[in-house]
Amino acid sequence: MEKIIYMDNAATTKLSQKVLDAMMPYLTDKYGNPSSIYSLAQESASAINEARKKVANALNAQENEIYFTSGGTESDNWAIKGIADANKEKGGHIITSSIEHHAVLHTCQYLEKHGFEVTYLPVESNGIINLEELKKAIKDDTILISIMFANNEIGSIQPIAEIGKIAKEKGIYFHTDAVQAVGHIPIDVNELNIDLLSLSAHKFNGPKGVGALYIREGTKISNLLHGGAQERKLRAGTENVAGIVGLGKAIELAVKDMDKHNKYITELRDNLINGLLKIPDTILNGDPKLRLPGNVNVCFKYIEGESILLLLDQIGVCASSGSACTSASLKPSHVLLAIGLPAEIAHGSLRLTLSYENTQEEVDYVLNQLPSIVEKLRALSPLIKK
Amino acid sequence: MEQYSKKVMDHFLNPRNVGEIKDADGIGEVGNPVCGDIMRMYIKVKDNIITDIKFLTYGCGAAVATSSMVTEMVKGKTLEEALEISNKHVAEALDGLPPIKMHCSNLAEEGIKAAIDDYKKKHDKK
Repeated sequence: MEKIIYMDNAATTKLSQKVLDAMMPYLTDKYGNPSSIYSLAQESASAINEARKKVANALNAQENEIYFTSGGTESDNWAIKGIADANKEKGGHIITSSIEHHAVLHTCQYLEKHGFEVTYLPVESNGIINLEELKKAIKDDTILISIMFANNEIGSIQPIAEIGKIAKEKGIYFHTDAVQAVGHIPIDVNELNIDLLSLSAHKFNGPKGVGALYIREGTKISNLLHGGAQERKLRAGTENVAGIVGLGKAIELAVKDMDKHNKYITELRDNLINGLLKIPDTILNGDPKLRLPGNVNVCFKYIEGESILLLLDQIGVCASSGSACTSASLKPSHVLLAIGLPAEIAHGSLRLTLSYENTQEEVDYVLNQLPSIVEKLRALSPLIKK
Repeated sequence: MEQYSKKVMDHFLNPRNVGEIKDADGIGEVGNPVCGDIMRMYIKVKDNIITDIKFLTYGCGAAVATSSMVTEMVKGKTLEEALEISNKHVAEALDGLPPIKMHCSNLAEEGIKAAIDDYKKKHDKK
């Protein structure tokens, strides 16, 4: 195949060379277990502490509030199950949204089976929750509000500061799944009154299989994983030292270049959106402004997402779809249904997510190729009157 | 995701017998938009033989490929022969489908049956 055009950065990002270089010693010579006593092991332990500092700095948190995990899914599971378990004497009600990642939704559904009550807030057509609905949903026994920072499919950014303020006033813990946001938009856990925050390294040019949970000091939370005394006895298991070092380096780089990258990526994104909307019967999903810098998500009416992805793959473009046919389920994306799209339109979605490595030439290439792809599939479609 | 066979990709990229037949003798439509698959089959029948067939399909790669393949399989066949073609035959002719895509081959079988049913209803009235 010719050169690949990678526009699926919300799925995962390319590991940065600088990050790999930082990790390499811990995959080779510096193999000591951080829990051991000798000097070799202490090198690993101090590398983890350095990484912890970097993550804390990126979020304006304290070092002792950062806990390393295996990634976003574990962080979400831990935050929600851990708060539910440790605070069940206080109450059994949790508030989340209908457009969360499955790591949050399925965890909440699991807790429902175990006696907890969960409110799934609807979203407006731009993919953003209504704060009045949130206030109305709060009850005396509400123990947790879990609302994602930014959506993985349509990129909509939630009013996190307002949610944090409401949660703080009511004395309810506020968790945010910030997997798509960290390293891409500025986050200050104190300013935003966030109590728990999930992040994952591979979404900002770090390695896969490592993430972190920020837990505000004083938060009452149970363990998810029981065992050794790692992570101040809250997360057992020998640390993924190389991964943690990679996470630290990646978050440091992402935050350092954030403004510069965002200006560049936002311009590419808007050019791509404007070009795509020139294709007839195409709609933009999500909010035009309150969205992640790299996120483009559109629906082409009368055609189906997987077919679009297969034709894009033929010309070397890596993209994604909320289409059912890209997964084992027949149902279209729960996010696109939640913003009010009918199923047959939701099936025709295309998500292109950009990074600082994408170029205007690549955007032009995709804009040049997509009209004929859409046309080819529409010629096959029984949904159009010919 | 599991890859499609070369044959599936060939039928998806170069679908055979695409389009409508204006004066079709039978039309069958199966599937539904909620599931993301709609298949419409048009047939021409002469002396109990399917002399021409065309399709329009909204759906994934497997849905398009199974539509295309089944049209090739039934063209020139008698109605009885066409009704004997099962979803398994269609999947086999495409060198297999990923397990989660087997329902697409059901549509192909049902699409042909629906078109033949429609033909028989119209034919019996005459």
